[in-house]
Amino acid sequence: MSATQAVPTGRREEAALAHKCLYYMSLMREMEDRIERKLYRQGKIVGGVYVGRGQEAISTGAALQADPGDVLFPTHRDMAAYLIRGVPAGRILAQYMGRADGVTHGRDANMHMGDLQLNVVAIISALAATVPVAAGAALALKYLGRKNVAMCWFGEGSTSVGHWHEGMNFASVQKLPVVWICNNNQYAYSTPMSLQMACANVADRGPAYNTPAEIIDGNDVLAVHQATGRALEYVRAGKGPYLLECKTFRMTGHSAHDAAHYVPPELFEEWGKLDPIARLEARMTAEGWAERNEIDAIQAAVRKEVDEAVAFAEASPYPDPATLTDGVYGDQ
Amino acid sequence: MSTTYLEAIRQGLWEEMERDPNVFLIGEDIGVYGGAFKVTDGFYEHFGEKRVVDTPISEAAIVGAAIGASYMGLRPVAEMQFADFITCAFDQIVNFAAKSRYRWGAAVPIVVRAPSGGGIHGGPFHSQNPEMWFVRTPGLKVVAPATAYDAKGLIKSAIRDNDPVLFFEHKGLYRRIKEDLPAGEYTVPIGKAKVVRKGGHLSIVTYGAMVWTALEAADQLAGEGISAEVVDLRTLLPLDRETVCASVKKTSKVLILHEDTRTGGMAGELAASISESVFEYLDAPIVRVTAPDTPVPYSPPLEDAFLPNTAKVVEKARWLYRY
Repeated sequence: MSATQAVPTGRREEAALAHKCLYYMSLMREMEDRIERKLYRQGKIVGGVYVGRGQEAISTGAALQADPGDVLFPTHRDMAAYLIRGVPAGRILAQYMGRADGVTHGRDANMHMGDLQLNVVAIISALAATVPVAAGAALALKYLGRKNVAMCWFGEGSTSVGHWHEGMNFASVQKLPVVWICNNNQYAYSTPMSLQMACANVADRGPAYNTPAEIIDGNDVLAVHQATGRALEYVRAGKGPYLLECKTFRMTGHSAHDAAHYVPPELFEEWGKLDPIARLEARMTAEGWAERNEIDAIQAAVRKEVDEAVAFAEASPYPDPATLTDGVYGDQ
Repeated sequence: MSTTYLEAIRQGLWEEMERDPNVFLIGEDIGVYGGAFKVTDGFYEHFGEKRVVDTPISEAAIVGAAIGASYMGLRPVAEMQFADFITCAFDQIVNFAAKSRYRWGAAVPIVVRAPSGGGIHGGPFHSQNPEMWFVRTPGLKVVAPATAYDAKGLIKSAIRDNDPVLFFEHKGLYRRIKEDLPAGEYTVPIGKAKVVRKGGHLSIVTYGAMVWTALEAADQLAGEGISAEVVDLRTLLPLDRETVCASVKKTSKVLILHEDTRTGGMAGELAASISESVFEYLDAPIVRVTAPDTPVPYSPPLEDAFLPNTAKVVEKARWLYRY
């Protein structure tokens, strides 16, 4: 298995797609910069902060391929999937800040959020648990005769968990319409790939489940987009699940409190040169898809949008403690 | 025609599947084979493989898939082949399903059926009563019927409920209990205990197979002039403390009985609730009759010593009566 090159299709469409990708990747980057480097340090976010800096291409490229009826299961490093589905940036920041207008109204933290109206399902902290759940959603989509699929992200660390294997196996046995997307960012907290698995690639696990597996350059948003298109075509044809392993790198610690001293500095340097946003910008100007001033305008618009989102979140009240016991059950 | 406890569950499942095309079954060996206890025998032939899903040996995938399917509007009924294996799906149940509605408003209308309980010489891994692992998990509902009538009515309510319901069916009752069930449609509400025998001297509060032990004990005690009231909890979460406390207010003495082990068992929770609510009505210490804090042993003399039985209940009830 080798990294697949992005193949250019219609030029105008590609330019439009590139603009869209740049916008969502930049919005995610700006949101997470504010979260990790401002709001958290200012003490306005009191809980855990987990960002996907350097990994923005994966949630962006994949989620932009999905239909609104496809059900997304993003991880905490896939914020772009939420933004693409229309979860407002202000509500995501309010969520981080534990405010009443957060997506979970202060019930859960950071990226632990979902909205079934938008077909986005919330993770739990033990991320691999999502894999069987996504298989179940796919089973239901098939059961109900819908043409939609489930799209489930996880890190390479999740592939060491039993639930991951149970879900992969069950989905394949039942030929369920689900696209598995691995953000292989090479570290699960402090644990490197070499201590996580004895195989070289997560994609190597695919054949054990008779699930086709592709290795993608996870820092090339257009490559991710195209590969997801291939996966969706296969899955929508009823052939069963498809696995995309997106090679990337976690350009931060596990969370905001983790300085990641265990990561050799040269890795950050090496992967920094492969930054997905800078790469896309360079490609856009080189291909003539955008002038530099258009790119600057996108970045300025993103900053303004996040300014407004921060203002919204800061103005949001804290949840009322009187609501503490509400909503444990439906018939309360 | 008399109906067994097993047949009652089967009827409830069958009727709900006929009523609602979104109800489906998922589990190990439930389809072609009809289930380890034959609860779903004939379902595969009638409803087809789409609605009776045979799975790999993957309890976490069974419950996880049920959760995911429920998000999409289906009403899955998952079977754990034995309640003992529910531990393999623990994270899915207590972290995914139980917290979903509270965290992000996503209902998880699933049922997890779990054949539990001892007395069949099943040994440590085919005899357990794991209900209390779940009773202390907010967001779940936990049901444990004792009668065929309740088993049918509660499985139907569980399927219609909008929250995750764990349905502990006592495998020792499957073919032991027979009742005449109503011909027509009925359900039994979740969250309501029932006084199954009225009495004045003391209350025996219990659930599951031990309801029958309590009733046998009450018969014997009646012969000695001791009038025991028997309360069947039927649902363990949410717990109907009102019915229990009303009985204690009436009799002023209470014996709490369960097949589950002692420490952290339902009796402890009920004793605390009774003390909080109706302490001034008590004329005697609260008495517990439970299994001891050991795994469930296999060999018949050991298992007989482990399980609460009529003689143990009668002995403690006499002591309580005389107190």
